[in-house]
Amino acid sequence: MNRVEAVAPLKARDGEPAFAEPWQAQVMAVAAALVAAGRFSAADWSNALGAEIARAEAAGRPDNAETYYQCALEALEHLAKANDLTDSTALGVRKAAWIEAYEHTPHGKPVELPPD
Amino acid sequence: MTSYDAKKIIDIHQHLHSDLPSDPALRVKALESLLVEQGLVDPKAIDAWIDLYAEEIGPKRGARVVARAWTDPAYKERLLADGTAAITEFGYQGHATGHVLAVENSDRVHNVVVCTLCSCYPFALLGMSPGWYKSAEYRARIVREPRAVLREFGVDLPENTEIRVWDSTSELRYLVLPQRPAGTEGLDEAALAALVTRNSMIGTDILKARM
Repeated sequence: MNRVEAVAPLKARDGEPAFAEPWQAQVMAVAAALVAAGRFSAADWSNALGAEIARAEAAGRPDNAETYYQCALEALEHLAKANDLTDSTALGVRKAAWIEAYEHTPHGKPVELPPD
Repeated sequence: MTSYDAKKIIDIHQHLHSDLPSDPALRVKALESLLVEQGLVDPKAIDAWIDLYAEEIGPKRGARVVARAWTDPAYKERLLADGTAAITEFGYQGHATGHVLAVENSDRVHNVVVCTLCSCYPFALLGMSPGWYKSAEYRARIVREPRAVLREFGVDLPENTEIRVWDSTSELRYLVLPQRPAGTEGLDEAALAALVTRNSMIGTDILKARM
């Protein structure tokens, strides 16, 4: 089953939005769900995220929320691959399928992957 | 010299298909849809997480814990002895929050929390972490020069106040128990909870009675 409904606009709090974009929330949610499902540990997640952040800092990337969530995405992809949950090929193919689906879905219609 | 680099092509592509999500958004979607299909993760857990953290909780759960500790000395004792258990008394289930240690501010000691490695944070109590908490600047400077950083937050501590900086891990998170503001003796627990700010529970704010 493919579910693609957009995440509702995320509420601002303390004058600062929790997430600038829905995908940022999605990354944290998927990571938390994988920890909860026992696919990797909270410590694995924190170490992987810490390593990505250290790399971004060393590379002089801007110190902001966008970089932080980019690092979270890198860390999540890395852990998913390291734990054999997926691999680069599958991710690439699936991303291309989503692009294809977006390009061929008329405006206003929900975007769904075609059945295999 | 090529006239089109990959980035330019992507930009043009995105312009033509303005509904096409950004690259990271597509990557998350790809990963999530694969994991869900293979039954490796429960889509309901993902949605529930987003609802919980983005809309529902915010810092108010932590604020209730703080207000209870201010009004109930026995609760405060339990909170300081075993934060995780005391917080469970409220029925809060903190996924991925790990163990919580409550650290109490006083006239002599001011506590402040950081995660120098990444940005471990008691999400279940405080909602999503603020942007500055995740910044490299805060993570590095609060350890090196806490007094100066706190001053930038408007927290000007007397020279003889000891500042303790707590470094969170994935196993252990910290909740600062701020000092109850003077002039709030007549307030009940709910009214007190409304005074407690997120930053005060991280240690970057000192509470005042807003009456």
